[in-house]
Amino acid sequence: MREKILTFIEKNSRIDLEELAIILGVDKITVMNELEAMESEHIICGYHTLINWEKAGVERVTALIEVRVTPQRGMGFDKFAERIVNYPEVDSVYLISGGFDFMVTLSGKTLREVSSFVSDKLSPLETVLSTKTNFILKKYKDHGTVMGEPTKDERMKIVP
Amino acid sequence: MRNPLSKQIVEIQPSGIRKFFDIVSEMEDAISLGVGEPDFDTPWHIRDEGIYSLEKGRTFYTSNAGLKELKVEICNYLERKYNLKYDYNSETIVTVGGSEAIDVALRAMLDPGDEVLIPQPSYVSYEPCAILAGGKPVIIELKEENEFRLTAEQLENAITEKTKILILPFPNNPTGSIMSKTDLEAIAKVVIDHDIFVLSDEIYSELTYGEEKHVPVATIPGMQERTITINGFSKAYAMTGWRLGYACGPKEIISQMIKIHQFAIMCAPTTSQYAAVEALKNGDGDVETMREEYDGRRRYLLHRLNKMGLPTFEAKGAFYVFPCIKHLNMTSDEFAEKLLRTAKVAVVPGTAFGRCGEGFLRISYAYSLDDLREALDRIEVFLNDLNAGKVK
Repeated sequence: MREKILTFIEKNSRIDLEELAIILGVDKITVMNELEAMESEHIICGYHTLINWEKAGVERVTALIEVRVTPQRGMGFDKFAERIVNYPEVDSVYLISGGFDFMVTLSGKTLREVSSFVSDKLSPLETVLSTKTNFILKKYKDHGTVMGEPTKDERMKIVP
Repeated sequence: MRNPLSKQIVEIQPSGIRKFFDIVSEMEDAISLGVGEPDFDTPWHIRDEGIYSLEKGRTFYTSNAGLKELKVEICNYLERKYNLKYDYNSETIVTVGGSEAIDVALRAMLDPGDEVLIPQPSYVSYEPCAILAGGKPVIIELKEENEFRLTAEQLENAITEKTKILILPFPNNPTGSIMSKTDLEAIAKVVIDHDIFVLSDEIYSELTYGEEKHVPVATIPGMQERTITINGFSKAYAMTGWRLGYACGPKEIISQMIKIHQFAIMCAPTTSQYAAVEALKNGDGDVETMREEYDGRRRYLLHRLNKMGLPTFEAKGAFYVFPCIKHLNMTSDEFAEKLLRTAKVAVVPGTAFGRCGEGFLRISYAYSLDDLREALDRIEVFLNDLNAGKVK
């Protein structure tokens, strides 16, 4: 049941709970209890809104920063991650396999804001070996959602 | 000038939903729940295979019966899914949608005057196709109290010496009804006793909900040798526009079907056939995702329709529900027209699928939840107004 609830609300967290219960074929109480439990267990970590900032006319810059670091004795990579996650401008921090260690995504109002974060905050850290900043030029798809205009229903309106 | 037309074709009535189609098409703000095709796009990996086949220049005819690779995949699919074994080479034909398979099968099997048993409400093409093939359609009226299943008793009563074919349209459009294994065993007994054949239109086979899964009638002992199993890609993989279906059955029948198909069509579209190979090889997950989505909408519709006073039996297949409006003292046609004109919601009157569909409506849930919610809200307001005597 949990997986079903999660799969559904991952795409639509604003659905009316009664409606969700009907769709899943269970009681509203069951859905409410599960949601509450998953919130307190931190399985559900938040309910966010997917915004097309460009369309909203708000200037925003997003960067993907590849970071190579020296793992620290006894702490591995966690120490670096714990420092970085505290910055509010950091959107996400992932440890990854391959040619570098961390992928940090960052958004700021201007290019300068982002680059000064990299040069003033990130690079000076002792453990950081190198960084590579990639600015996002255009978002085509985000969180499973295509950012363009919604498609129109082009089917014939009545089909036997 | 002489009359250029065949008497037979002139006598056949056009599909009853034409009138609604014309009204809805002109109404910009109408929400239609009248569509009989999936709202999903064909999954990208399937489309991509079609595109790739074009890029590779695979733009020639395939052999008449279809690409070997596709026929092999069709047979693999039926075996892995239902343990139903067909020879890809002699017992399988790829057609232009399930529709062509229905037409070709009837033409391959009927002599003038042979009777074809057609349970209704059901898809609109069986009756005209049977007539055009020289057969005589005999309608069996399915009953709501049986959840629109065909019973052995009804079948027994409809069989005459002239009966040649029984059409089995399950999971059913428009009722959403399905046939269980037990139901089919009872039907099979009658079919075998009277030595008739079955044309089983299983185009919605992937779309059943709840415990009861689809059972192909050919899996019932003694039935495979007298059954043409028809299926296709339109509903399961959201591939309606690709026009691709297939039929499997005894080689004596399939070989004659291939003959008609060869002269009338040549072969099914090549691009679609390549895409379909991909669908069968790697499309199980897509089907599962779509089925889950349909199932949620189905529960939502059933709940709301019953709650707002349109009694609706629990349809367990396809993507339709079939609410009853008999208590409202108007015909399905009147209801649908009033609903469209006042609430701007289009549904299909049950009578479009046979006279016994009177008193019912077909509502499709091949729509997003948002569309369904909006449409149901409008229907609810309409019903309240109707009960208050505000609708003329």
